[in-house]
Amino acid sequence: MVELTTPLNSDDLEKLKAGDRVLLSGVIYTARDAAHRRIKGAIEKKEKLPFPLKGSLIFYVGPTPPPPGKPIGSAGPTTSGRMDPYVPLLLEQGVKGFIGKGKRSQQVKDALKEFKGVYFVATGGAGALLSRCIKSSEVIAYEDLGPEAVHRLEVEKFPLFVANDVHGNDIFQQGVEKFRIS
Amino acid sequence: MRVIESQKIVEAVSEKLIEINVELDPAICKSLEESLEKEESFLGKELINQLLENSRIAIQENLPICQDTGVVVAFVEVGEEVRIKGETLEKAINAGVAKGYEKGYLRKSMVSDPIFKRVNTGNNTPAIIHTELVPGDKLKIKVAAKGGGSENMSKLKMLKPADGPQGIIDFICQVVDEAGPNPCPPLVIGVGVGGTMEKAALLSKKALFMPPHEKNPDPELADFEEEILKEVNKLGVGPLGLGGRITALGVNLLTYPCHIASLPVAVNLNCHAARHGKIEL
Repeated sequence: MVELTTPLNSDDLEKLKAGDRVLLSGVIYTARDAAHRRIKGAIEKKEKLPFPLKGSLIFYVGPTPPPPGKPIGSAGPTTSGRMDPYVPLLLEQGVKGFIGKGKRSQQVKDALKEFKGVYFVATGGAGALLSRCIKSSEVIAYEDLGPEAVHRLEVEKFPLFVANDVHGNDIFQQGVEKFRIS
Repeated sequence: MRVIESQKIVEAVSEKLIEINVELDPAICKSLEESLEKEESFLGKELINQLLENSRIAIQENLPICQDTGVVVAFVEVGEEVRIKGETLEKAINAGVAKGYEKGYLRKSMVSDPIFKRVNTGNNTPAIIHTELVPGDKLKIKVAAKGGGSENMSKLKMLKPADGPQGIIDFICQVVDEAGPNPCPPLVIGVGVGGTMEKAALLSKKALFMPPHEKNPDPELADFEEEILKEVNKLGVGPLGLGGRITALGVNLLTYPCHIASLPVAVNLNCHAARHGKIEL
């Protein structure tokens, strides 16, 4: 088990291997389909960005609304593949990692290698369990998008797996090969 | 004629949707617990344990099991001797959805205009409603909160009759393998075979309402379901797609007669959070 705190430096990222279990603490930002479309537009038009992209970690999530007394509702990852087209651009802008569920395209894997970024997965369908590790949540942009608004989250020991590391390894490929019976 | 006030439908739908989003179906819990013994992957076991722990936390904290609280799918059986007073059936169900998703702090995930604007409707309506007229004086509503991740990985194919049972198995395995980690395995797989294109799709959705380990009453189909499950679990996809023995918890299959030239097969995938409930009024 590797314990990491944001901001992540190149050393931290270099050491991570696909399959490593990570407990992440610090600040991460949420964005999914609609927010990505807007962020891309903002980069292209050189408009204000919802958060500083350099060194950041993006969590693909659309949480349920916070019930009274809780910082956030259920908050598990959504399918990352839908955000694949945006990854190279975001890595170019300095984003260091992404948290979601599911496979990435070859283009994403190549870009992660090139820009030394890491793709983490959180347990899909464990939104209640993961919400316990989120200590604060604040909508910082695109409030009109409802569940797709950009949140700034403070997380503590948020459980993750390294899916694609900076060396080009892929946990999905490795794991499935081990258990496939043909 | 038996009269049912539409407001009763609103309340029942609202409460049932909150309940199914928070309390994981006991049949799924049982199935997950049993799968722990069969899972050979250490990581896979750990993930199944996380899902079980998640279901306990959801109840303790009164939080939805998953943040994707889904699109609402309703299968309604209206007794021929029932008259609904007040709003129409469709309006009542949608009002129940809107009420439940607001009251239960559930996520609103529906957008209007799928092609251009994609603006969130703000109350998770409209629901997808299928209505059937049946004898009797009861109104039965089966509701599901269907997640987008697993729905997106579902597929339909018009096979050739010559493809036969093996063709059906191959297609299901192909769908599950290509989906990999995306639909959040361990899965529950609903299969609809026969009818026409839309009938097969409808059957596959209906099949998801059955408990994953329930045996098909037709012994031949029961054996076929078991064979499909065995083949799917050879794929190695495993929990969360990180590799393992338990790719699916169960396969449920429904069939319907079809044209001499056809063999439609629809595969509807569901994550472990198979949220289904029954209402009888």
